[in-house]
Formats: sequence, structure tokens, C-alpha cells
Amino acid sequence: MTALGSPARTLRGLLRELRHLSAATGRPYRDTAAYRYLMKAFRAHQVTSEKLCRAQHELHFQAATYLCLLRSVREHMALHQEFHGKGERSVEESAGLVGLQLPRQPGGKGCEP
Amino acid sequence: MWRSCLQLWDWGPRLLKWPLGGPICSVVPGPIPQLRARAYAPPKERKRFYQNVSITQGEGGFEINLDHRKLKTPQAKLFTVPSEALATAVAMEWDSQQDTIKFYTMHLTTLCNTSLDNPTQRNKDQLIQAAMKFLDTDTIWVEEPETLVELQKNEWDPIIEWAEKRYGMEIGASTSIMGPSIPAKTYETLASHLASYNMWALQGIEFVVAQLKSLVLTLGLMDLRLTVEQAVLLSRLEEEYQVQKWGNIEWAHDYELQELQARAAAGTLFVHLCSESTTVKHKLLRE
Repeated sequence: MTALGSPARTLRGLLRELRHLSAATGRPYRDTAAYRYLMKAFRAHQVTSEKLCRAQHELHFQAATYLCLLRSVREHMALHQEFHGKGERSVEESAGLVGLQLPRQPGGKGCEP
Repeated sequence: MWRSCLQLWDWGPRLLKWPLGGPICSVVPGPIPQLRARAYAPPKERKRFYQNVSITQGEGGFEINLDHRKLKTPQAKLFTVPSEALATAVAMEWDSQQDTIKFYTMHLTTLCNTSLDNPTQRNKDQLIQAAMKFLDTDTIWVEEPETLVELQKNEWDPIIEWAEKRYGMEIGASTSIMGPSIPAKTYETLASHLASYNMWALQGIEFVVAQLKSLVLTLGLMDLRLTVEQAVLLSRLEEEYQVQKWGNIEWAHDYELQELQARAAAGTLFVHLCSESTTVKHKLLRE
């Protein structure tokens, strides 16, 4: 349970993720519906003196889960781009790897369109 | 002939009706053998064709609008979700696509589509059965006889104890390849617990169970006993152990880890957001 950390930390992380995502549209992240919703939710369920409030804990858990989701998706995308994003080599490149060249046939190959 | 076959691959304006690349893609009729070269080509990537994503409240729930068009599921149903938070998150997913739309990153959208369409036509009982199937060989109580056993005892035992106390089960860990034998009473307890969730939440639960390969860890997530990071770590305990021993390969281990975390987090969030609405309904009924 204590692994969740403080709500402030989760909120900071969420805002950071929103900032990353807003770079896609170019709009400031404060304009997004997600930002407004999050701020409303966090303000409404601020940490009170009662530490055992279950609804609060649930909300914080959901926020932390959403943060994990956003972060993981971003990291996954970054890894995908870096390592798996290039796709396959073309036939010419593959031939070039072993020092061969594709033959040039003036009439075009018979088997392909 | 070639032209008609090429039309099969023209995804064009039919995006909103064609599969969004969810866990179950609808079947495109198999190409004839002469098309071998194009048979394995992935579908053309869709560019981001909308500027704004907004949420509106309709009759059945909240809907997503891409510019002025309403979002639809792969089976052309209107995309409605019961919870505003879920709608906000889905809108965020759509809004965060840059240039091309990468469906494999949009886990919440996929889960909503699966719940709305139910392409495999499963009812509640079948979903529960599917989740319970993982109980026999649950990750968390199949132990490695030798080297890992210390680590497994330290990490998994607290969760097993918690589960036993919470659900009144009696299961110990086992080193055999078949896993421990589960008493029938445990099955019933867990099945009835799962039955208390609504259809949407069950889709999410079954999804997470299949990702983590463990029903107990999923229950831990639903009951807020574990965070997503913890649950994923426990699910991949052996891999983490091997990685620490033999080294980490970023493009395999980290890639898998992030993907698993993303899916588990999406599933967990989905279940929580979908279960909230049921509690509200119960309150109204009592009054």
C-alpha cells in the first residue's frame, strides 16, 4: 500500500506525461480535458487528516495506474521506434549485405507484375 | 483481377468501421496464392485525420468525437462508455497519436471495443471460466525447485497469504509441474467473487489475467493490494531474476516489460472505472 507514494508525486508524474502527450497536438496541456478532469478529481479528494479514507486511496490508486499506463506506453513506443521501427530491409539491401547485386533484366522479370 | 485485389487493401474512409487492430481483428478473406508477395504486408498505416478530440454525453453514456465525427467500434456500433473518466482517458489516447495512428498502443480503446462488440460472443459465465482456467497453473504458486525458491518464497508468499486470508482459500505452493491441486470450495468462492463484477469489468479482468498469467495477482490488483508495477514484477519474477544474473537486453526485456505494464495498467484501470458505476447503481436501488 505504501508503495503508491504521495499523491503529489503521482500528480506531478501525470502532469509530466500530459505535457509529453500534448506535444503531439501542439496545444498547451492545460487545455486538454484530461488535465481538467485530473485537477478536479485531485482537488476534490485532497489529502485530509484522515489517512484511512478508502475512496481517497482508490482514487490515488487509479491515478497511479493511469500514470503507469501513460509512462509504459510512452516507453514502449520509444523502444519500438528505436529497435523495431525500421522494418525489413529491401531485397536490394539484403543482397548488398553479402556483396551481391540484383540482376538487371531489360524485359522485366516474368514472375512479378 | 489485380485491381479488385488491391481494393481489398484500401482501408481508406472505412477506418471507423474496420478493425482498429484490437486483440481480435476481423478476418479479411485470404488472398489467392498469386498474391504471396502482398499476403504478409501489414495494412496501410492510417494517418491522423482529425484535429480535435472531444467528449459528449449521449443517451447510453459518454461518446468520443473526432472533429465532428462520432467514434464507432470495429463493428460499427456507436462507441459509448459508462464512465466519464474512462471517456477522458480514451480521448487522451486518440489525442496523443502523432502523424500515424498506432492502434497497438491504444489499449483502453481496444478494451472498450471488445466490451462493446463482444466479438467472441462470450457471456459472463464463459468469461469467468476463462479467468478461472488460470487458477490451476497460476504463476504465483508454481515454484522452481532450486535456485529461485528463496526469491519466490520472499516475494510470492505474502501475496499467497493475503489471498488465502481474503478469500478463505487454502493452497500452498507446489514444486510439481502440474501445480497444486485446488479444492472445489476455492473455485466456488472465487467464481462467485468474479460473478459480482459486471460484464465490462469481467472483460478487463480476463484480459489482465491472460497478460499476467495469474488470477491471484489480478485479484490483488483489483483489491488495491498491489500496484501495477508490483504485480508485473511478481508475474515476471523469474525473468527479472535471470536478467539480474545474466544481463538485460533492452530491445527484448525492457520492451516486453513496458508492453506488459501498459496492458496490465490499461486492464486494471478499465476494471476500476467500469466497476465504479455498479456501486452507484446499488446505492440507488437501496433507496
